[in-house]
Amino acid sequence: MSGTEVTRPDAHGRDEEPGGSADGGAGGGRRAARRAGRSRDREPSRGGGVVLGAVGVLGELLITAGVLLLAFLAWQLWWTDVESNREQAQLVQEQGWDEPLAPLEAPDGPAIVTPRYDEPPVMAEPDYLTTFASMRVPRWDGEPTRTITQGTDRPNVLNPLGVGHYEGTAMPGGVGNFSLAAHRTTYGKPFNRIAELQEGDPVVVWTADTWYVYRVTSSQIVMPDDVQVIAPVPDQPGAEPTERFITLTTCHPMFSARERYIVHGVLDYWAPVSEGVPAELAEVS
Amino acid sequence: MYGWLWRHLPGPALVRVLILLVLAVAVLAACFVWVFPWLAPYMPFNDTTVGEG
Repeated sequence: MSGTEVTRPDAHGRDEEPGGSADGGAGGGRRAARRAGRSRDREPSRGGGVVLGAVGVLGELLITAGVLLLAFLAWQLWWTDVESNREQAQLVQEQGWDEPLAPLEAPDGPAIVTPRYDEPPVMAEPDYLTTFASMRVPRWDGEPTRTITQGTDRPNVLNPLGVGHYEGTAMPGGVGNFSLAAHRTTYGKPFNRIAELQEGDPVVVWTADTWYVYRVTSSQIVMPDDVQVIAPVPDQPGAEPTERFITLTTCHPMFSARERYIVHGVLDYWAPVSEGVPAELAEVS
Repeated sequence: MYGWLWRHLPGPALVRVLILLVLAVAVLAACFVWVFPWLAPYMPFNDTTVGEG
């Protein structure tokens, strides 16, 4: 870089002296004299050379910092998706979360479950870091199955595993507010397309033995400390719940954490996994 | 800085370029594996939950 060029004559003088004298003592001597003359000429501006050299190094450091910043962006915006999507797909595979979807591949059409509107089975809240359910949103056609894991911290749940369940909120199908969080950008971005959700859109959640089909009722944008959105009755903290809500939370705007994008829904119906697949999932595939 | 590095690398220019490439890849790999994952939690754009703001 141009900065180093300024200091190069000095360095040449030191490093390449032997090479220079190899092609004849006389020439080398003449050159050495010329060099000496030059360095005498430069004597008064020696302080300026040091400053220029320092500026050159500073410039190189700044350019290096810029390249590393770009590398960080590439890592954050691309590589974390690659890593987390791979890890989440592996979890789905290992724990067999896609097995209930197998009827979709049946040649003569999948068996469609009969919607049930009575009291659904509700599992007990599992231990932290237990993956206890999966979800698909037909509107997000092309998105893979995302598993739901107990806990909502980033290092252990949201970054590697995708969707997290707010501890203490209702379980799938339970009376209260089944509340989930996931990244909207980076780390596999499970809720990337949350803004596409419209009123009435199904959100399909399944545990090992039960389908729960929720329907979106509303979306809102709130501040990060507005925890009333995951209250048992959304936005009415302290109220006694009688309905079976679901709430998805993620960041807003994209690539920022200034606000939160919230989607609420209510349970439409439930059905045993053994009967087949919900019609909502069969429609998209 | 890079000029100094270039002058202190052994071998012909092609070898030096190869060494520099390997060094650059090593630095990037170290960043991807250790530095960036450590740095990311301090970045202000990854929060998705309510209640931690």
